[in-house]
Amino acid sequence: MLAAVLSIGGIGLVAAAALGLAAKKFAVEVDPRELAILEALPGANCGACGYPGCAGYAKAVAEGTISPNLCTPGGADTVEAIAKIMGIEAITAEPQVAVVLCQGDNRKATQKYRYLGLTDCNAAQKIADGPKTCPGGCLGMGSCQRACPFGAIEMTPEGLAVISREKCTGCTKCVAVCPRQVIKMTPLEAVTHVLCNSHDKGAAVRKYCQVGCIACQICKKTAPEAYMIEDFLARVEYPQHAQAVAAVEKCPTKCIRDFSSGYPEGSSFAPPTVPVAKDNAA
Amino acid sequence: MNLKTFAGGLHPPDNKKWSADKPIELCPLPEELIIPAAQHIGAPAEICVAVGDTVKKGQMIAQAKGFVSVPIHASTSGEVIAIEPRLHPMGRPLPAVVIKPDGQDQWDDSLKPNDPEQLDSETLKSLIRDAGIVGMGGATFPTHVKLSPPEGKTIDTLILNGVECEPYLTADHRLMLEQSERLIDGIRILRKILGVKDTIIGIEANKPDAIEHLNKECAPHQIQIQPLKVQYPQGAEKQLIDACTSRQVPSGGLPMDCGVVVQNVGTCAAISDAVRLGRPLVERVATVTGPGIKEPKNLLVAVGTPLQHLVDQCGGLNGEPAKIIMGGPMMGQAQLSLEVPAIRGTSGLLIFREPDLQVRPAGPCIRCGRCVSVCPIHLQPTTIAAYARLDLIDEAEHYNALDCIECGCCTYICPAALPLVQSIRHAKGGIMAKRRKL
Repeated sequence: MLAAVLSIGGIGLVAAAALGLAAKKFAVEVDPRELAILEALPGANCGACGYPGCAGYAKAVAEGTISPNLCTPGGADTVEAIAKIMGIEAITAEPQVAVVLCQGDNRKATQKYRYLGLTDCNAAQKIADGPKTCPGGCLGMGSCQRACPFGAIEMTPEGLAVISREKCTGCTKCVAVCPRQVIKMTPLEAVTHVLCNSHDKGAAVRKYCQVGCIACQICKKTAPEAYMIEDFLARVEYPQHAQAVAAVEKCPTKCIRDFSSGYPEGSSFAPPTVPVAKDNAA
Repeated sequence: MNLKTFAGGLHPPDNKKWSADKPIELCPLPEELIIPAAQHIGAPAEICVAVGDTVKKGQMIAQAKGFVSVPIHASTSGEVIAIEPRLHPMGRPLPAVVIKPDGQDQWDDSLKPNDPEQLDSETLKSLIRDAGIVGMGGATFPTHVKLSPPEGKTIDTLILNGVECEPYLTADHRLMLEQSERLIDGIRILRKILGVKDTIIGIEANKPDAIEHLNKECAPHQIQIQPLKVQYPQGAEKQLIDACTSRQVPSGGLPMDCGVVVQNVGTCAAISDAVRLGRPLVERVATVTGPGIKEPKNLLVAVGTPLQHLVDQCGGLNGEPAKIIMGGPMMGQAQLSLEVPAIRGTSGLLIFREPDLQVRPAGPCIRCGRCVSVCPIHLQPTTIAAYARLDLIDEAEHYNALDCIECGCCTYICPAALPLVQSIRHAKGGIMAKRRKL
């Protein structure tokens, strides 16, 4: 009995001593700032910074090889916290949200063929450039929804992706996965957008979509500073976004929408009546 | 009869009866021919004529770009009336030369006949390339590339693909019956290029007249006719090699890795024209059939003829079309419109109406394993497809997704109507994208 206790205990002691020595001898030096930064990051591992996860970004910031303001999901608070750890001045990037620049759901836009395949936008796009007649419209198969790490995207029953302005952290994962580049990053402050992504001429757009931009120039005439028209498609000049709202009522196809007054309808992301700024946004 | 075959595959109803006994008929020229610059696997050809030019039949209108590419030729004499993007069988507008035929159908004077006996193998290959010969079974891979094995690879067997395992199609069947001289002449040219003696023509047993006819015609030429059990996809290269010679092409390998070159019988006949007559590939035999066609036929079609024109030659549509397929029903491509032109790889045009289609919603996989037992490559389609749906590209690669030949057996047999081939193709795209990044 005693021999057993002593021998097992003895082995335990020897092993503990060996481990203790090894831990001292082979200790990996970690920059304490790296751990602190990792602590300050949101831990979503979304990849918005360009690194596969938060740990990689924390290491790069601690080494000083990359700017500390690339964590869009973390927002201003995180940037400030990191700046404090690193002892530098915080330069906050303007908060951005992703917007689906399309309103052409299955009721409003036509399909050129009946698609029976995999429910995945990238797979559908490979078959004759996707079933939607419009070459730029949302395919509505939810690839962006599945890619969003924050649950900020939902698909309407009519097959259109809608992004919540409150939940979106601006990580750009949906932008990367969309095969039709219909999702664009826009300043959070800007609430007026041209919701169309078709560069076809007006006559062609009218044939396949009830709510497409026909490049009629009315928005440009109403608010010349706030709009530009390129390749038969109007775009809001975001630095002058405040003036863009004047053209919302004038747009004949209603493809310019004001997100502060009741868009998107039919989505569980309740239409905000006033622009909702995130707590951490300035 | 000694019927060979390969392991796996299935036998869908072949429905060849509608057109199998219809002799090849010359399709009259349409109002305008739409000749796309991209008609083969590899780099698209570069258009080298201008609007307003007068062209002769067989004149080059687009030149090859790179080794894996072939030139494109005018299919008749006439005037170039437009060079613009037109709807392509791929499903999107692509650059094409539009020719208004002048009705003369006059061959280019510069095309001269050759005597293959006097020419060496390299000259023959360049004649084949300049004639724009591509695999006419549907894959449209440039033929001269297949005839140029790299150093160190020895070819000892030439297999002619007269299987035509796709249901409905009878173009190769009619060609073997009616044009066996062209076929045998093409074989002699191919044998000279490759320096091989052993030649096998693989034909499925549902074409007994073709087997009998070729047995008689080929007897003096040391060509073996191999009757094969009716099984899809026997016309796929690797399956045909397995069936005829019991050799296996290694994973990721080519037929030349086991000493074989396979050519479609239509390609072989076109090679004869290219060398013997100096005439490029500007027309081909295509089967126009399906329940949506009043009078199914085998037509000799000029490249660039709009599908609508083919339908008109076959008595018109038999009801409202719901699905238009270019090629066979298993691997052919669904088309957006009948404005699309027939190209070098168009082996058939199938039209189905709504009641002819069995459209079922996809359900959950019940793990029945039917896709595994029919897969001619012996893959696990359901596993790869499941990984593909979850974007687990590395796992799909581990299950050899890249070896899939996209024959469609798994999708055909799936009781849950899952789009298995599409999922696997999605995974293959992901694997290739990943490899490009590395």
